[in-house]
Amino acid sequence: MSKDIRIRKGLDLKLKGEAGHKLVTAPRSSVYAVKPPDFHAVVPKLILKEGAAVKAGEIIFYSKYDEAVKFAAPVSGTISEIVRGAKRRVMEVRIQADASDTFYEHGSMDPLQADPTAVRTRLLESGCWPFIIQRPYDIVAGPEDTPKAIFISAYTSAPLAGDVDFILKDRKEAFQAGVNALSRLTEGKVHLCIGKKSNLSDIKNVEVHKVKGPHPAGNVGVQIHKLDPINFGEKVWAVGAEDVATIGNLFLTGKFDAVRTVALAGTEVAEEKRHYYTTKIGAKVSDLVGEVNTQETRIISGDVLTGDQINNDQYLNYYHNTVTLIPEGNEYAFLGWLPFTRNDVPSISGTSLSWLTGGKSKVNTNLNGEERALVVTGEMEEVMPMNIYPMQLIKACMAGDIESMENLGIYEVAPEDFALIDYVNTSKIEAQEIIRLGLDLMITEVG
Amino acid sequence: MNWVRAKLDQARKPFEPGEKYEKFAPAINAFDTFLFTPNHTTKKGAHIRDVVDLKRTMITVVLALIPALLFGMWNTGAQYLYQERGLASVMDVPFWDAFIEGAILVMPLIIVSYVVGLTIEFIFAIYRGHEVNEGYLVTGLLIPMIFPVDIPLWMLALSVAFAVLIGKEAFGGTGMNILNPALTARAFAFFAYPLYMSGNAIWVHEGSTDAISGETILGSLASGQYDGSVMGSAANSVAFAAPVEEASVLSNISFDDMFYGTIPGSVAETSALLVILGAIILIATKVGSWRIILGGIIGGLAMGAIFNFFGNLGNDFITNLVESGAITLDQVYNDAGAVAGLGLSGWDATLMELGTNQLINFPFWQHMVVGSILFGVVFMATDPVSAAQTFKGKWIYGILIGFFGIMIRIFNPAYPEGIMLAILLMNVFAPTIDHYVVQANVGKRKKRLKKAQAQLQTA
Repeated sequence: MSKDIRIRKGLDLKLKGEAGHKLVTAPRSSVYAVKPPDFHAVVPKLILKEGAAVKAGEIIFYSKYDEAVKFAAPVSGTISEIVRGAKRRVMEVRIQADASDTFYEHGSMDPLQADPTAVRTRLLESGCWPFIIQRPYDIVAGPEDTPKAIFISAYTSAPLAGDVDFILKDRKEAFQAGVNALSRLTEGKVHLCIGKKSNLSDIKNVEVHKVKGPHPAGNVGVQIHKLDPINFGEKVWAVGAEDVATIGNLFLTGKFDAVRTVALAGTEVAEEKRHYYTTKIGAKVSDLVGEVNTQETRIISGDVLTGDQINNDQYLNYYHNTVTLIPEGNEYAFLGWLPFTRNDVPSISGTSLSWLTGGKSKVNTNLNGEERALVVTGEMEEVMPMNIYPMQLIKACMAGDIESMENLGIYEVAPEDFALIDYVNTSKIEAQEIIRLGLDLMITEVG
Repeated sequence: MNWVRAKLDQARKPFEPGEKYEKFAPAINAFDTFLFTPNHTTKKGAHIRDVVDLKRTMITVVLALIPALLFGMWNTGAQYLYQERGLASVMDVPFWDAFIEGAILVMPLIIVSYVVGLTIEFIFAIYRGHEVNEGYLVTGLLIPMIFPVDIPLWMLALSVAFAVLIGKEAFGGTGMNILNPALTARAFAFFAYPLYMSGNAIWVHEGSTDAISGETILGSLASGQYDGSVMGSAANSVAFAAPVEEASVLSNISFDDMFYGTIPGSVAETSALLVILGAIILIATKVGSWRIILGGIIGGLAMGAIFNFFGNLGNDFITNLVESGAITLDQVYNDAGAVAGLGLSGWDATLMELGTNQLINFPFWQHMVVGSILFGVVFMATDPVSAAQTFKGKWIYGILIGFFGIMIRIFNPAYPEGIMLAILLMNVFAPTIDHYVVQANVGKRKKRLKKAQAQLQTA
C-alpha cells in the first residue's frame, strides 16, 4: 500500500524570477562538455583522445576504480579539447558538436521481458548508469550492487527549480519504460514520489507516493527517510525524473539521447526568456543565457540552494535541470544588522518582517553577515524534516568522529539535504560542504 | 553614505593583508562591520542567505532588554529618592528626578562593563586572529542589570574580567563557553564580595535598614518578616494572620508593585511586566527559545505548588493545634519554649516548621513576580550557548531551572534568590541532557538497524 508523505518542517522560499511554463527548443550549442567533477568520487580514464570523432551515446571515459561505469558523449562531433586542472585532473571533455546528432545504436529492448543482467549491462554499456545515484554517500551507484529500493522524485520543491511535471508532460511513455528498466535492478520496490496534481500518478511497476509540504519535501533524501530509511550496510538508489525518461528512451529506441529540459530562471533573466528549454546535457551555458556580466550577475547551474557557480564559457552540470541567474550582492548595507530592516530578504527569523510583507522576493548572493561561531540553536532543526539532529551531525563531521557520524545518521543524508541549513543559519557556516567532506571521509574510512 | 564608506575604506588600508597593522585587522573590522554589513558574497553552498546574522540576533536581545533597563534606571532612582525624601510612596517621586538619578547611578556600571569586557574581547580577537564576536553586546548589558546598584565599580570590573577570561575565553571564546558569562560574573561577585552582593541593605542606593529598608521581598520572607499582606490564598490565612515580631517595612507592597516592579532589587530584574515584554520580543523574533521560557515558568510554578501543598498541611496542623486550645497562635510564632513544650516529634515537628515557613507558604504564582526568576528564565536561561540545544532538551532544561530555582529559593534562607544558582547548575547539566536526548535518537536508529538485519536474515 502506498504511503503518502507530509512534512511540516522546512521552508518555501518565494523568489521572483520563476520560469514560465513554455517549452522552447534551445539553439544547438557548438560545444558541449562532460565534466568528470560532476560525478563525485569518480576518477576518469579517458578512452578517446583529442581530435577523435564521437557519436552521441559513445563512451568517452570510464571510472578508474570501477571500469564498468562508463560515461557517454551527449552529442556527436569531435573531441575538441580535454581541459585539465591541478595535478592533471580532467576537468572537462569538450566536444565540438556536429550540426545534428549521429547516435551510437544499441538496439531496442523490452526491460520487462529481458534478463535483469541484460538490463543492467545495457545501462552500463550505454553510459546511462551514471544517472543512478547511490545513497549513502551521494555517488554514482556501484554496478555490482543491488539496492534495497530505488527512488524517483518527481516533485519539485526547491526555489525556482525546474518543474518535473512540466518537463515530463510529453515523455510519459519513455518515463514508464525507464521505470520498467529500473524495476529490474532491485528486488525491493521502486518508489515514485509525486506532487498532489501530478500526471504521473498512473505509472505502473512503482509504488506511487504523494508528497506534500515545504522544501525540502522534494528532496529524494527526505522521501527515502520517510519511506524506507537507510541503515548501515544498506544501499538505496535514486534517479532524477528526467533521467528515468532518458533511460526509458534508451530501451525504446536503442539510443542514448541526452535530452535535458532546462528551466531558465532568476530575476536577471529577461522575462521573455524565462522559459523551459530543450537542450542536451553539457550544453554551453552562454548559448542558453547569452553573454552575462559575471561581476554583476551570478550564473548558477542548478537551483539557488544547491547549484554550482559557473562562468559564461562553462557548461551545464550533468544532473541539473535549472539555470538560475541572480544578482551578485557585493554591496555594503549601512547598519544592515538592524532588526526589522532589509525585510525584502525572506527570513525564517522574526528579526525580519519578510513574513509580513509576503510576496516574492528578489534575492542576491550577499552573505548578509559574516561567518561566526555556532551560537544560535534550534534554527537548523526548524528546516530539517528528517529525524536527525543536524547541528550534532555537522559537529561530528567537523570533528571527523566517524562513530558519531554513523550514529547520527550520516548514511541517510546528502549535502542537498543541508542546503536550507546553509540558508537559515545565523553563523553562516557551510553545512553542505561540511556534510560532503563528512561523506568523503566515510567513503575512505568505511567504504 | 558613500562618503562614510570611502572614509572607512581609506582608514582600513593600513590594516589590509600585508600592510603595517594587518594584525589589528579584527579591531577595524569590528567598527567597519558595525557601520556596514560587509559586501561578502557566498562562495560555496547555498548561493543565497537569510538576512539574519549574529549581530542582528544579539542586537535583538539588547532591544528586548532595553525596556527592563530603562525601567530599572527609573526604579533605581525612585527607590533611592523615595527613601531619601521620606515620601509616602515610590510613585510620589517625580518621574524625571527618578530617571535621571537612576541613569546617573546605572550608566557607570554599564560603561565599566562594556569597556572592560570589550577590551578583553578585542585583545583575544587580535591575539587569535578571528573576528570580534557579538556575544558580549548582550553579556555586557546583562551584567550591570543583575548587580546591586551600589557595587563598587572595581568589583564589577573584576567580575566582568573573570567572566570573560575564565568563563568564556578559557573555553575557546564565544560559542564554546559552558556557563552563562553574565551569571558567571554575578556568581564570582557573589562569592568574592558577599557583603556587596547579598543582605538587606544593598538593593537600594545608600540603602539603610534604619530608615527605609532596601530589602527585597524574598529577603524579608526568608528572615520571617513578611506579614503576608499580599497573600491571596485563604489556605494560608492562619499562618499569615499571625503577628509578626516587628512590623515589616514592606507591608505596603501590593501584587501590582511586584508585577510592575516598583520594589527594591537588582538594577533591572524587578519589573515582571517589562520582562514579559522582553520575552515577547525574544519569542516573536525567534531569538529566544519559547520552550525554555515556558519550561522555566512551568517548572517554577510546579515546584511552588508542591511547596504550597506541604505548607497547607502545616497550616492545617497549626490550625488544629490552635483550635484544640493546646497552644495560641501567638505562641506558635513567638514562643519557642511553648512550642518545645508540646513535645512534637517527627512528622508533627516538620508540619509545624512547614506551616510557619513563610517562603513555603508564599503562593506559588506570586513566586513568578518577585526576585529574578522571570528575568533569569527569559534572559539568562535562553542563552543558546550554555543552554540545552535540542528541542526536547530545552524543555527539560527549562523545567528543571524553574524547579531548582524555586527549590533553592525556599530551602536556602541565606540566599533566597536561587535562580542564578539553578541556571548555572543546569548550564553544567545541559550537555548531559542533550546527550541523553541525542542518544535516544541514536538508539532508535540502532533499533531500526537491528530490525532490518533480522528481516534480512529471515529472508
